Amino acid sequence: MNISVTVNGKPYQRDVEPRTLLVYFLREALGLTGTHVGCDTSSCGVCVVVLDGDRAVKSCTMFAAMADGHEITTVEGLVQGGKLHPLQQAFWDCHGLQCGYCTPGMLMTSYALLKHQPNPDEPAIREALSGNLCRCTGYQNIVKAVQQAAAETNAPAPEPVAT
Amino acid sequence: MFPAPFEYHRATSIDETLALLAKHGGDARVLAGGQSLIPAMRFRLARPAVLVDINALHELSYLREEGGMLAIGAMTRDAALETSALIASKYPLLADTSALVADPVVRQSGTVVGSLCHNDPAGDWGVTALAGRAQIVIRNASGTRTVAIDDFLVDSFTTAVGEGELALEVRFPTPPPRTAGSYQKIERKVGDFATASAAARITLDADGAITGAGVAIGAAGPHAMRVRDAEQLLQGAKPTKELIRAAADAARALADPVADNRGSVEFKKDMAGVLVGRALIAAIGRLGVEGLR
Repeated sequence: MNISVTVNGKPYQRDVEPRTLLVYFLREALGLTGTHVGCDTSSCGVCVVVLDGDRAVKSCTMFAAMADGHEITTVEGLVQGGKLHPLQQAFWDCHGLQCGYCTPGMLMTSYALLKHQPNPDEPAIREALSGNLCRCTGYQNIVKAVQQAAAETNAPAPEPVAT
Repeated sequence: MFPAPFEYHRATSIDETLALLAKHGGDARVLAGGQSLIPAMRFRLARPAVLVDINALHELSYLREEGGMLAIGAMTRDAALETSALIASKYPLLADTSALVADPVVRQSGTVVGSLCHNDPAGDWGVTALAGRAQIVIRNASGTRTVAIDDFLVDSFTTAVGEGELALEVRFPTPPPRTAGSYQKIERKVGDFATASAAARITLDADGAITGAGVAIGAAGPHAMRVRDAEQLLQGAKPTKELIRAAADAARALADPVADNRGSVEFKKDMAGVLVGRALIAAIGRLGVEGLR
């Protein structure tokens, strides 16, 4: 079957088998390998992408056919104009990753969280990320990074400097 | 693992869904959130030849009170309950449950009705639906029928939804005054199947006597089970520590779990009792009655 999706703002049309899972479609049909495959059974969250702007989904547990006509944001879509997304910058600044394998899922789950709750407290962040596994960091710095990104996103724009 | 090949249809109306389900009969399955069905297909535990995707049926995504019932549509996702002010204020049993299903990302896709239709022995919503005395509205080409949850849960992974039929919504009676519930669950980690679970819904009269009791347990048999003996003990009585202990013991006696790496039969039977006790204490506590622990 033929599907049309918009991924990171770019439209794509591809023929897929109905049984093609979204994560394999993104990685193999579109070459967007930023989205990882981990447990492949909906447990670990490394494959999380964002559907229609604010819904985090585990792309190993969704058929590409179900995304027909929808918009998908993957980790590759976070950078804007060559500048890291505040979440990415915060993960960098706070050392919110070690091996990095879980990071795309952490970023995309956090991205959807901040769309719904721009100012989550620490328990809300830990709860939101409870379906995303990290085997390196112990989560401390991931939580800090999301807090930093939320604070930055909510900060008022800097005053223009008087000239 | 990849699912076996299947034919995919995206339905654009309820009528089209029913026509597709009627045409394909037992070969077809409805695809809603997919959070149980897709893993089952990947493990080849399910091999439907045809999937009818109802995700485009936005008219089935609702939470509304009507005729003394809360109706939850077939495309209403768990996250919608978790973030609903109505659920938070009037339906604590449902609020508890929606916050404990799988994990927060899965809840952004998974649906309440889909979970009931999957009828996993360790599923959450069947337990809550029994305690809350829910009904399921089922439609086929010739009409609509309403089935009590007790008759809906037929066997593991089997419900009263027949070939050519669509479960349209689940309805929970709006709680009368002085009613509260609670859902309790033990899991090894977020997102794992329940080791044990229990739900309770209690109504008290002005004198503090129990005039309505719903008690159910999960992961303790082929599907969620109503603990009738506990309900009978509670009905008409005033809550005491001894009464709650007796209700918990009724759950221990009914529980018939399977040993696995989550625990032994003995442990899971005990946990069924422990969780019934906790659910009752929490529900009654929400009505301002303390000192039962």
